[in-house]
Amino acid sequence: MDKRERIVRRIAQELRDGDYVNLGIGMPTLVANYVPPGVDITLHSENGMLGVGPYPLESEIDPDLVNAGKEIVTELPGTSYCSSADSFAMVRGGHIDMTVLGALEVDEEGNLANWMVPGKMMKGMGGAMDLVAGAKRVIIAMEHTTKDGGHKVLKTCVLPLTGTKVVNMIVSELAVIEVTPKGLVLREIASDTTVDAVRKATGATLHVDGEPARF
Amino acid sequence: MNKVLKSAEEAVAQIPDGASIMCGGFGLCGLPENLIRALHARGTRNLTIISNNPGVDDFGVGMLVRTKQVAHFIGSYVGENKEFERQAIAGEIKYTLVPQGTFAERIRAAGAGIGGFFTPTGYGTMVGEGKETRVIDGRNYILEAPLHADFAFVKAYKGDTKGNLIYRKTARNFNPVMATAARVTFAEVEEIVEPGRLDPDAIVTPGIFVTHVLKGAHYDKRIERRTVRQLQAV
Repeated sequence: MDKRERIVRRIAQELRDGDYVNLGIGMPTLVANYVPPGVDITLHSENGMLGVGPYPLESEIDPDLVNAGKEIVTELPGTSYCSSADSFAMVRGGHIDMTVLGALEVDEEGNLANWMVPGKMMKGMGGAMDLVAGAKRVIIAMEHTTKDGGHKVLKTCVLPLTGTKVVNMIVSELAVIEVTPKGLVLREIASDTTVDAVRKATGATLHVDGEPARF
Repeated sequence: MNKVLKSAEEAVAQIPDGASIMCGGFGLCGLPENLIRALHARGTRNLTIISNNPGVDDFGVGMLVRTKQVAHFIGSYVGENKEFERQAIAGEIKYTLVPQGTFAERIRAAGAGIGGFFTPTGYGTMVGEGKETRVIDGRNYILEAPLHADFAFVKAYKGDTKGNLIYRKTARNFNPVMATAARVTFAEVEEIVEPGRLDPDAIVTPGIFVTHVLKGAHYDKRIERRTVRQLQAV
């Protein structure tokens, strides 16, 4: 199983029946492919849709129907549409149960950096700052380190922040880490790694309560 | 009262150089594409464009960027347009990034006569720098101001001659709030109908917010990401 599949499969286990969920662009979108049986969730798309369906068949394509990644999608029985202002009232107003987003850096306080790198052109935060400020639970889907092995889970974020004290959980191909008032707690590790290996790949203090579960 | 204009050309003839214009649309979905094309053809310059995205290089607001008609762009994401990026890096275009929900709410506030609002979005980030903060019920908020414009370009599905509008699917997006927040709102629609033909319960934008309505001459409705699923063999 590749890293991304392992990450999104594990995050899908966090979904609860009845949840309203916003999935970020890229890897987080894949979580929708692994919703556990018996769990009925409603996907929110910040461009003004509740109840996002799968990609259309060629014969179903409708240019008036896209998700926040500008991909064409379909509607489901029970889908509703709203304006961007109402859509962000859902987000900011705490009505979204869970959002899954990517990250460049996360730190011990749950601060998140995922929208810009100084020296590169600023492309914009889109809805990410609103989502992390408003969703009840913020789960980060990310590879544990950078391509050259650099730390992404840090004591303190270095990059410009998307939100402060907003992350609840980090899921990587190596570990499930919960952000708590006392810091980062290692809840689970991947079946083919060790606590020591996870510690080495992490630039922050990891608290461990007994033997972490495997995933 | 006659709100109906014959064409997008007639609408954009009212817009002077240096105007601020809100453009509805999310990516290329729900774009007032006829008004944008007409403004492009007319060559009106030094514009401030307020739109979630600047379109792509050759479609949507990107058409106005390519001809350097846009002096200042205000939106939430500018990542899909190479020419925009070139002009931004070269310092040829000014741009301001606003979190998408704050962007929508600032426009809503402008249309609703709200002088500002406290939001948690962006607190403790670059977005909050220099802004008034307040702790409300133990939570940190920043003060954001309303966002007005001289003109709004709105795309709706159908409109009646009184300016009442209905939208279709996610082509609604920013169009209803933008319709409320400008001094003059032009709504382009796919079909104009007589009053009484739209179900009053289904109207999303009441005509009071719409100065002029016109039928778009042609819709490309270009698709940005053609994600198609194959029929699975059973």
